Amino acid sequence: MLRTLTLKSYLDKVKSKEISPSDVVKEVADAIETINPDLNIFLARNPKAFEQSEERAKLPLSGAPIAVKDNFLTVGMITTASSKVLEHFNPPYESTVTKNLSTAGGVIIGKTNMDAWAHGSSTETSDFGVTKNPRNPEYLPGGSSGGNAAAVAADLCIAAIGSETAGSIRQPSSWCGTVGLKPTYGRASRAGVVAMGSSLDSPGPMGKTVEDCAILFEHIVGHDPYDGTTSSQPVPKLTDALTKGVKGMRIGIVYLDHKDLSGTRTAKAVEAAGKIFEQEGASVDVISLSTQLEKGKILSPDAAIGVYTVVQRSEVSSNLARYDGVRFGEDRSHFGAEAKRRMMLGTFTLSKGYADKYYVKALQVRSLYIQNFAELFEMYDILISASSPGFAQKLGATADNPMFGELEDMLMEPSSISGLPGISLPMHYDAKTNLYLGLSIVAPQWHEERVVAAAQVFEENTKWNSWRNL
Amino acid sequence: MSYTPVVGIEIHVELKTKSKMFCGCVNDPFGAQKPNIYTCPVCLGMPGGLPVANKTAIEWTIKVGQALGCEIALFSKFDRKHYFYPDLPKGYQISQYDQPLCVNGLVKTEFGDVRITRVHLEEDTGKLIHQDLNGQKVSLVDFNRSGVPLVEIVTEPDIKSPEMAKAYAKKIRQIIKYLDVSLADMEKGSMRLEANISVQTEEEKQSEQLPAYKVEVKNLNSFRYIERAIAYEVKRQGDVRDGNTLPTQETRGWNESKNQTFAQRSKESAEDYRYFPDPDIPPLLFTQSYIDSIKDTLPLLPDQVIATWVAKGMKESEAQILSEDRANVLLVDELFQKSSDALKIVTQLVNKKIMLSSNVDDIIAQSKVLTQTNSVDERELEKVIDEVLTENAKAVNDYKAGKTQVIGFLLGMVKRKLGNIDTVVLKEALIKKLS
Repeated sequence: MLRTLTLKSYLDKVKSKEISPSDVVKEVADAIETINPDLNIFLARNPKAFEQSEERAKLPLSGAPIAVKDNFLTVGMITTASSKVLEHFNPPYESTVTKNLSTAGGVIIGKTNMDAWAHGSSTETSDFGVTKNPRNPEYLPGGSSGGNAAAVAADLCIAAIGSETAGSIRQPSSWCGTVGLKPTYGRASRAGVVAMGSSLDSPGPMGKTVEDCAILFEHIVGHDPYDGTTSSQPVPKLTDALTKGVKGMRIGIVYLDHKDLSGTRTAKAVEAAGKIFEQEGASVDVISLSTQLEKGKILSPDAAIGVYTVVQRSEVSSNLARYDGVRFGEDRSHFGAEAKRRMMLGTFTLSKGYADKYYVKALQVRSLYIQNFAELFEMYDILISASSPGFAQKLGATADNPMFGELEDMLMEPSSISGLPGISLPMHYDAKTNLYLGLSIVAPQWHEERVVAAAQVFEENTKWNSWRNL
Repeated sequence: MSYTPVVGIEIHVELKTKSKMFCGCVNDPFGAQKPNIYTCPVCLGMPGGLPVANKTAIEWTIKVGQALGCEIALFSKFDRKHYFYPDLPKGYQISQYDQPLCVNGLVKTEFGDVRITRVHLEEDTGKLIHQDLNGQKVSLVDFNRSGVPLVEIVTEPDIKSPEMAKAYAKKIRQIIKYLDVSLADMEKGSMRLEANISVQTEEEKQSEQLPAYKVEVKNLNSFRYIERAIAYEVKRQGDVRDGNTLPTQETRGWNESKNQTFAQRSKESAEDYRYFPDPDIPPLLFTQSYIDSIKDTLPLLPDQVIATWVAKGMKESEAQILSEDRANVLLVDELFQKSSDALKIVTQLVNKKIMLSSNVDDIIAQSKVLTQTNSVDERELEKVIDEVLTENAKAVNDYKAGKTQVIGFLLGMVKRKLGNIDTVVLKEALIKKLS
């Protein structure tokens, strides 16, 4: 089977002419045809994928079929962000990230399902139906990049490109037993990505292995003249970081003592991860929680939920104002319940008389988190934790729970509001349900190489990655 | 009762940068041959379009602030101002809220000083066109203007009369023209005036208390209109206050054919624009040396030009007139360089004895001719006129019968004998002889 190839082995085999790109694309396309009706992963398909894979065979990404989240604008493929408002929206221009992907020789195989407007952590809020977790279809894939994680897990692509606002790459990667890398905010361009939380949105790679994410990362990120918030810092060569190891690295384990984690199987898996890093030559400390800034302690993620909720809703209420149906798209009656809920809350938190109490206060607390991380990173090179408090939840879990996503993303939100880079990779496996837990590794801004170096060590020294022993 | 007008003015000026404020589109809404040709995902508010700030527009705004004596902020930012209107594609306008580029300036007018509250930079909106299309009344949107850089200049309520408002607005336009950052064409709308008007009772004035209301008059597209609109409002509001009631706080428009303002919408409660810092645009951080380097590029401003000329011996009234238009300034400066008779030529120019020309050498030549002809001896002139009148008895009779246009012919005849002499002097002498 060709579609189970990792990106790395795909590239090697194309280069050695063992396989041809179009054979792989054809196999993937056929598999989508048979599997998609059950799992509802893809919303749109690229009719030119076959030709493009051959045309781009000699480029660095060798025509590899890549799944792309449906909030990236793609010329020639309807882009909906899983909302009925954009059900028929044919983008007049291409997002920078997918342009970069094509330039490097990647081929978009199709557009994947997500929570509508990326508002959620389940894909259950998609206006086009939920995506099922390929590891166990009774369960959710997580979200909002749930379609991507599912596409990777089901081998319906070689790798994928998603976006994260707070957990949207890492949490579905955790739930689907895949790898997802959230770059530093400002590393990857947001131009041509349907905006959600503009001060948080970070496009990034999702794949089968740490190495695959490192490869894809190098081809899609970088300064963009069309996004004033992208950094002109040089892009690190993450593939070089894969062999760096963790010898001498100072690692802090966080959130073990959080009430939702303490004593759980998840906490034990994180402790076991700490042991692996110790064996490989890192020094590992457990960092305890605090409700205020304290040297050597980490702020409780609980307040980050509030900060994130206020900041993200405020930005959403502003970002969705353009969907008035005048120039493109359907009118406002097509917004789903979750989007309306978020717009109303965000409008409230920005209103006169309330902005100081909510929006401004949230920014102040946000800066406390940033300061807390800055202080911790003087003592530690990376921080590790669980990506999500537990395994994937069952279909229907979001019903009557508007804060579902915030609770599932709780452990990711502090790093997201601080703009930090991070990764989630498989950390534990439950044979009974065939589901995974994810390990989160977070580093200071612009230090993705640390994240990748440590993640690679963990992946090599554990049995959790389902592709390593194929 | 008599009231003191209390007026603050907001002036919007579209900058004439090459590209728009937040995208690379051509900034030429007036030159566009068709609607919606200078547009892109950013200024159309398409999904995923992100604003990237135009550096030149920021520098020009700082220049405007410096020319108006403002303090320039070393930290500034752009904010989103939310409201719904079909010509506002994103549902918000990118503007500046609490940390504008420039604050606390001062502009001098002949009627007194006007303090400048702030000068900030924002984006213009699109334009609605209401028309019949296939027998249906429709409103169409043209986004050529969407995202054009727009500078807003806001004053304190220091303006005390319609004349002062006019003088202030003229001064701002003159300074903008000197800076060469905008066409500042009020008819086309690249410069737009709004006035916030109230009238103060003697009692309020004594206790330095501002009236508890204000009326905003929008869309005043000429100096005359702002003067008339304020005069109209002062009278109208005075009448209302005479009846011991406060005028309604509202926005009014100007009807130019009726010379009246008219109510547009009530503004009882302040609108809630839900301002917040635009997360798409990083905050602006400047060094003092950068601000200073912009200041170094400022041209001499009208007041400075006048002072320089007066120091050279020009009459202040002449300097006032000649400095009105920036194009003249360079010309006069060149004149000072090229001619030792510059002061005399300036007087001739102001008195319209010679024509203004874009070529200084031409002006000097005109002056020479004028100076020569002026020296014609009066008795000689009288003698030649007598000769001409005798030789052309028919023309003289025609003139006396009311055909005064024959004077041109007689002028020509005299000039044939005397050469090119000053027409004004000659005409005067001729008419005197004929009557």
